[in-house]
Amino acid sequence: MIRLFEDFFGVVKKRFNSGIEDDYKPPMFKCPRCQSLSPLSKYEELHRVCPLCNYHGRLSAAERIAVTVDKGSFKEFDADMKSGNPIDFPDYTEKQEKLRESTDINDAVVTGTAMIKGSEVVIGIMDSRYMMGSMGSVVGEKIARAFEYATENGLPVVMFTASGGARMQEGIVSLMQMAKTSGAVKLHSDNGGLYIAVMTDPTTGGVTASFASLGDIIIAEPKVIIGFAGRRVIENTIKQRLPEDFQLAEFMHEKGFVDMIVERRKMRSVLSHLLKLHGYDKKEV
Amino acid sequence: MEEKRSAWERLQLVHTKGRPTVRDYIPLVFSDFYEMHGDRLYGDDKAILGGIGRLDGRPVTIIGQVKGRDLNENKACNFAMPHPEGYRKALRLARQAEKFHRPIVCFIDTPGAFCGVAAEERGMGEAIAKNIAEFMTLRTPIISIVLGEGGSGGALALGVCDELAMLENAQYSVLSPRGFATILWKDASREQEASEIMRITAEDMVSLGVAEAIIEEPLGGAHNDLDKISENIKEYLSLKIPEKCQKDIDELLKERYTKFRKIGEFIE
Ligand SMILES: [Zn+2]
Repeated sequence: MIRLFEDFFGVVKKRFNSGIEDDYKPPMFKCPRCQSLSPLSKYEELHRVCPLCNYHGRLSAAERIAVTVDKGSFKEFDADMKSGNPIDFPDYTEKQEKLRESTDINDAVVTGTAMIKGSEVVIGIMDSRYMMGSMGSVVGEKIARAFEYATENGLPVVMFTASGGARMQEGIVSLMQMAKTSGAVKLHSDNGGLYIAVMTDPTTGGVTASFASLGDIIIAEPKVIIGFAGRRVIENTIKQRLPEDFQLAEFMHEKGFVDMIVERRKMRSVLSHLLKLHGYDKKEV
Repeated sequence: MEEKRSAWERLQLVHTKGRPTVRDYIPLVFSDFYEMHGDRLYGDDKAILGGIGRLDGRPVTIIGQVKGRDLNENKACNFAMPHPEGYRKALRLARQAEKFHRPIVCFIDTPGAFCGVAAEERGMGEAIAKNIAEFMTLRTPIISIVLGEGGSGGALALGVCDELAMLENAQYSVLSPRGFATILWKDASREQEASEIMRITAEDMVSLGVAEAIIEEPLGGAHNDLDKISENIKEYLSLKIPEKCQKDIDELLKERYTKFRKIGEFIE
């Protein structure tokens, strides 16, 4: 079960603002993009966005839930599902046990139902801390089940994608999860359901080539990496350096594969508006 | 029967010069073949061919990845590595097959979708995703056969089907063993070790629920007897296509969804 800390950012803020002594130097955040320093508390308060250059840092699934859905509304699906070892890959099981201990998640996606400003949704959040958000049996199964639940219950789906691609350690079984998830998306779509994909950093490989690209509406956070082939693979193929902006969200937007780029601070309200525009209004109680 | 080859030996075999390609098989398996061109959006990708022909008199749509038989052919077909427009051509022809109630036969033979700037600009991810999703609900039977290499998402884009067959020495994998060794061990030279560990053979595909059938190759491999291997492919299709066509289409679609739905291993 994922440990939810709805007040995650509040807790961080409090920690930094209490017990300040005279020579106290607040912890600083060094932005990997603009290299400038700003107080870590400020960066956390902005939900991991650099106050100077708008760099959007990565969020864990729990942090994403905290900044996206109505407080206390998230109900998790399949919290205890863990991966098997379908091709008996050496050390795969052990590696996962360690990861489960060091993170608060059992695999690279968390799914469930939640409310966004009163609209009920099925939500999925990929977490790149877990084997680079790669898609294996658990990611495939949880996402397929989430879409099937949404289809059965007439609910929209909001999916935050973040993935390096296929889970190599599951071999061909990992590849087949692309078909499993895309099939479930297709049935949800044929049933008239709305699916909003939110691409976060990074959305690549088999996830880009399956459910991430199948949204009725595709949103991306600013400057995140979106692509099918990895940058280095392409550079090796064409034997030249690629421009800096290649495969950024803005590039994919320009090429017509992303509907809109939405900053983190506006995401919740944009999602809410889009849900309501499709008739998924606040439930009358 | 020959003694079973290792995954590595088979990998060498499918890269043997003279290994038959989809263009060798079509005239021996089908009659009245007419090739169609273009995705009606951007261009015509020579790495994927598509057309209409007859199998035992029945009109079918044929889609396949094209390997070259020499360097010139390979330059033209980009070593069977399609661009997005290739997959969009495949989807156009598949939808046409659905419209005219023709079953579809897909031949998979690719190292993978092409990794390049133009491919990314034209939405490789979207093109593959769209094919996978649309093939899942196409209201006509689909049979796919892996001829040599089934590499990654670029193969799966022609691999959502009612039944998948592997030629005896063909491989199907999430990534080439070389790429796999590079990513996981940062060492491309461990390619052979990767090929043995990844489970990429025809038998592996059957035991993992990815493939339903294995088509036997002539002694020494498909290149040793083109007539014989074509006959084996035709025999398989002549059995399977009528069988799938007789099925209630809604039942067939349910089974197609379930085939992929149940692949995976997890603990609850
Ligand atoms: Zn910055």
